[in-house]
Amino acid sequence: MRKTKYLIVGSSHAALEALRAIRQVDGDGAMAMLTRDAHLPYSPTILPYVVSGRSPASRVLLRDEKFFAENGCTFVPNATATALDANARTVALASGETWYYEKLLIATGAAPAIPPIPGLENVRFHVLRSLEDAQALRASMQGARRAVVLGAGLVGLHAAENLAEAGLVVSVVEMQDHVLAGYFDATASTRIEAAFRDHGVTLHLGRKAVGIEGAGESCTVRLDDGTGIEADLLLVAVGVKPAVEWLAGSGIAINKGVLVDDALRTNLPDIWAAGDVAEARDFHTGSPSLIGIIPTAVEQGRIAGMGMAGDSYLKPYAGGVPVNTFRFFGRVALSIGKTTEGGAEIAEHEAQGYRRAVLAEGRLIGFSSVDEPFDVGVMGELIRRRVDLSGCRESFLARPLETGRRLMSEGWR
Amino acid sequence: MGAFDTIAFHPERCDGCGACMTACSTAKGGASRLSIVPGAGDGRFELALCRQCGDPRCVMVCPAGALFKESDTGVIAWDETRCIDCLLCTAGCAYAGIALDDASGRVSKCDTCDGDPACVKVCPTGALEWVTAGDIYRDYGEKEDLFVPGLSACQGCNSELIIRHAMRKIGRNAVVATPPGCIPGMGSVGYNGKTGCKVPVFHPLLTNTASMLAGIRRQYDRTGRKDMVVMALAGDGGTSDCGFHAVSGAAERNEKILYVCVDNEGYMNTGMQRSSTTPFGSWTSTTPVGDHMRGKSQDAKDLPMVMVAHKCAYVATASTGYMDDLYAKLDKAIAASFEGFSYLHIYSPCPTGWRIPSDKVIEACRLSVESNFVTLWEYTREKGLHFTRSPDRPIPVQAYVEMLGKYRHLNAAETAHIQAKVDEKVALLRQLAAA
Repeated sequence: MRKTKYLIVGSSHAALEALRAIRQVDGDGAMAMLTRDAHLPYSPTILPYVVSGRSPASRVLLRDEKFFAENGCTFVPNATATALDANARTVALASGETWYYEKLLIATGAAPAIPPIPGLENVRFHVLRSLEDAQALRASMQGARRAVVLGAGLVGLHAAENLAEAGLVVSVVEMQDHVLAGYFDATASTRIEAAFRDHGVTLHLGRKAVGIEGAGESCTVRLDDGTGIEADLLLVAVGVKPAVEWLAGSGIAINKGVLVDDALRTNLPDIWAAGDVAEARDFHTGSPSLIGIIPTAVEQGRIAGMGMAGDSYLKPYAGGVPVNTFRFFGRVALSIGKTTEGGAEIAEHEAQGYRRAVLAEGRLIGFSSVDEPFDVGVMGELIRRRVDLSGCRESFLARPLETGRRLMSEGWR
Repeated sequence: MGAFDTIAFHPERCDGCGACMTACSTAKGGASRLSIVPGAGDGRFELALCRQCGDPRCVMVCPAGALFKESDTGVIAWDETRCIDCLLCTAGCAYAGIALDDASGRVSKCDTCDGDPACVKVCPTGALEWVTAGDIYRDYGEKEDLFVPGLSACQGCNSELIIRHAMRKIGRNAVVATPPGCIPGMGSVGYNGKTGCKVPVFHPLLTNTASMLAGIRRQYDRTGRKDMVVMALAGDGGTSDCGFHAVSGAAERNEKILYVCVDNEGYMNTGMQRSSTTPFGSWTSTTPVGDHMRGKSQDAKDLPMVMVAHKCAYVATASTGYMDDLYAKLDKAIAASFEGFSYLHIYSPCPTGWRIPSDKVIEACRLSVESNFVTLWEYTREKGLHFTRSPDRPIPVQAYVEMLGKYRHLNAAETAHIQAKVDEKVALLRQLAAA
């Protein structure tokens, strides 16, 4: 059995930030990072760019061997955790190896959700979560002519753009009435949809795939209105689900993800969870939710790491704020906070671009735009700090960029 | 993690001319990487610029590894070949320090022009300033501390800062005289037969410091040791009162000495008695505040100006609130001490004797300079006198005196007297600087 003080299971953004936070106060406590992946750390967000060929697989790694050596962290790839024994403080691996920990961080991320569509099991389909997935999709793309993408979220739309730019005939199937429905209101989504249609992508919105006919590479995707779409490349991108299977029977409290408090602690002693696997406070509702994005993973990883190392400067997690920065065909769509519903005041402007500010009680709760870039981090700070905008409401709504920059400069010299 | 050079913004000086943005845009061939925006009131302006954070959120949220903090400069660097233009970094920054450049479709951010920022050079009001203090602390942190660990002064005292940093710079080839005062008081000459410095140090009389150093220098010259820094770390009392004849004589003979005067405006070590450099109105134990006296009734002797009149090889004033300025002068003062008498006057607010909270001493340094109570300048025979920090646009001296307990009793007329003396001094210095 191998032993360590800090055991981090997972190797993406939350895990790396936890490592950094631990090393801020504990320079030499033994640490190990285990990952089911075969590679040094990388971000799932980079994968669409590996598919398009823009980022060679060799240049997407976030850390090198030297980093782990310098930080006194044993990095163990190809280490799939299969079981947690919280009483014995051990994590068992598929290889048969076990690791003893004093402090454990669960940062195993998420895995693609596979919808229960009859016939899907008979065909070869792609997902996009790992470097291997990206390389496989890129390889298939070369010989394919017609692609169907199930799901019009970020992963699905990124891939649809890549496939269309590579010359394939692309169809996207989405159950919701609009693309990126979680992030944008109908007006914003409609602009994005128009761009995809202009680039030859067929969008089947408000439609559900009810069956997959065929076998192997070629298939027909049957929709709930009876339409059949032929494909020789099928990508399933309907979302992700936290990678929690290995925790079954461990006593860890799980809803959809691992439930954590505002210090990112699980219900069991000396075990924390952060990133896409964790179900933590939502800033707006105050209730646990899954917000699987990099900024929340980083924030959660930092707080978890501080807690693991006993850092006295730890401040509780304020809750996740949804953030989306989306580039499509060279254009920009951005959103932060609660932009699709709620809010007493909604200010929309549509000139060259479109923007939407949502305020409640004189404070910003959400901001989104298409074709009109803004400082996402500045708006995020105004939201998270609940900055009272009543004194500058007019200038904020008329010139949000300028006013936001002013407020941050004034407030934090 | 170390400290680094940085671009500082002084909003009260910014007039919104926008020259910085034009210069940035020209230098970088794209959108300006800093933006000046209207502030809360008329004529007020604010700045959005990368702050080169110590724990940069933009770096941590980048999925491509395209941003990283350079370990030698502290700059957050952007690798355009790895960047995928996803804009997540802009979600990480609360200051709009990294933003989309519409023209290129890519993000852009300040790289400080490799330590020579174009924006600072064109700023006509000094609202943007290239502060190099960070670099100094980093460099000095790596040098050997020649003052023994564990010895210390009153909490918040400047003198320890001055000794530890000055000796780091000067190095092991030095002989140090520390005449009676706070510096030997905190242990430079040691206890129980051991000294508090890792270089030869001795304890002359208040009266003969400069004379003894002159002899030591001559002996080193005689034996061919031209590399030795022969120096004093003395207080203002030992320099301007009891030791003045020796200082004046050594300066007049142009003895090759580095004479550092740490001016805390009195004999603080022995119970806070007044000296000739104690300013008007100051409470001291010998100029008390009561029915018959209201602190010192005379004005301070301007010792650095007296040393200019000696036409020393080098004369400069410095403040620990402006370490980059102090260190630049220390370099010059050391070099000049191999040529002739070199005099460095460091103003050093005393938390104990001046009644300043120990965490406010550096703030007192800064306000003393911002109000022109202390002016920063240097003099050489060749180039005459010039300011190293502009005395233009000072704050009222009231802002400085009101934070010091020793001036707590001052009435408006007394404060006005101090202001008048400050104005008079600055006017004379301006004449000398213009000549």
